[in-house]
Amino acid sequence: MAFYSTNEFKGGLKIMLDGDPYSIVENEFVKPGKGQAFNRVRIRNLKTGRVIEKTFKSGDTVEAADVHDTDMQYLYNDGEEWHFMHQESFEQMTASAANVGEAAKWIKENDICKVTLWNGAPLSVEPPNFVVLRITETDPGVRGDTSGGGGKPATLETGAVVRVPLFVQTDELIKVDTRTGEYVSRAKD
Amino acid sequence: MHTPSGQAWRPTADRAALQARATLYATIRAFFSAAGVLEVETPLLSRAAVTDPALDSLKTQLALAGFAAERPLYLHTSPEFAMKRLLAAGSGPIYQICKVFRDGERGRRHHPEFSLLEWYRPGWNTERLMDEVAALVKLALDQPALPVACVTYRALFQTQLDLDPWQADLETLRATARRVGLSGVAELDLDRDGWLDLLLTHCLEPTLGRDCLTFVCDYPPSQAALARVKYSDAVLVAERFELYYQGLELANGFAELSDAEEQRARFEADLAQRRACGQPEPPLDEALLAALAHGLPECAGVALGLDRLLMLALGVTDIAAVLSFSIECA
Repeated sequence: MAFYSTNEFKGGLKIMLDGDPYSIVENEFVKPGKGQAFNRVRIRNLKTGRVIEKTFKSGDTVEAADVHDTDMQYLYNDGEEWHFMHQESFEQMTASAANVGEAAKWIKENDICKVTLWNGAPLSVEPPNFVVLRITETDPGVRGDTSGGGGKPATLETGAVVRVPLFVQTDELIKVDTRTGEYVSRAKD
Repeated sequence: MHTPSGQAWRPTADRAALQARATLYATIRAFFSAAGVLEVETPLLSRAAVTDPALDSLKTQLALAGFAAERPLYLHTSPEFAMKRLLAAGSGPIYQICKVFRDGERGRRHHPEFSLLEWYRPGWNTERLMDEVAALVKLALDQPALPVACVTYRALFQTQLDLDPWQADLETLRATARRVGLSGVAELDLDRDGWLDLLLTHCLEPTLGRDCLTFVCDYPPSQAALARVKYSDAVLVAERFELYYQGLELANGFAELSDAEEQRARFEADLAQRRACGQPEPPLDEALLAALAHGLPECAGVALGLDRLLMLALGVTDIAAVLSFSIECA
């Protein structure tokens, strides 16, 4: 088992706490001139996404979490599980709906996703920053309106709903920023 | 904190911060020159090191006869020991501006090498020295009308946390941390002073010195370090003070312990605590103990962090902004 000393703490470091993997969001060193030093951290639970505060005595060690990110291609969903393939080893892995989480709204077959592995198994999935998806349903817009002000809801092929300008129509491809869930532009086939 | 590699040669301080430091040092030197306090310089390297378990010294090696591997040299964590040897030799009032070194300390308010102003006033008590500290800090911040407050360590904990730091047991301290809403601390394995330090740094410090210079004084005797102890309101207190401004710890002062036997006993107790925790046990400063045995004049002394004073003067929250080069690009 690998361990980190608090001296090695920095943003992004992955540690184990009470059986769950966490990522350090923020690390603050606090110490009175004459007295006990502490590392006061904010850490994100990589299973639940919840951010909590924790204080360590400086110099203490904490177990390292075997967590790393890898690019994987999303292959298909068999109705229960999501199948991904490693880009270099071609090894296939399955992820549950809980693992995939919000990414399910954005990804479609063959997209390259950032899959976070914990002890070699998928823990969470991050979609590409930008995806191109087809609109399956949106109200017909007003002809000639190209300003985009106001907008209307549009349902995409993955089931996600985004606001699009009035001039964008059903069956068109659009580019969406998955970090904000916002329409970026029309896209070509 | 991390500079792109192509820019890594660049200073972490801007031109205004360099200028502010130069101006501050000129102000300090003029202040002490007018007050008749002698500027001195003492070695950064020493055969002995601080024993305080909360301070870790950096160690180095000298390629000279008599300084083989078993005789390392330590970079000082404060110039206190050498300055007390000067005082014992009859220097009179002295001050020093120097770099000090503390292993493992890095954060927005900490840097492993930093600048201290340390000075000693023979014949003065801590009250008089606190007045002088306040006068110098007001001058340095160019805020002549800044009010000054003073609170005892005990009253601070009693009023803010409803806790008597002289009486509270471990369970009470742990329960207080929970009661005030500190999260992620319940499982900490700390001794009494550790819990007090936790409450001080996590709860109290951010509120100290909001609108005025705030001195905290009369510390628990277990946190005396190199201060004398006395009875006050029927409890033993250390004649020690700390200065806070805008939540930042700026200075630490003592009525200096001059009893060589008592000093040796405290050093030994520190080493015993280090041994119990598996920390390195550096050699005791026998030269300091000999100087105390010879006779240290009754005096009060204080160390003031100059980088933090500059942070306050410039309104910056990251110590790197007042350092020409932070350790990451040193």
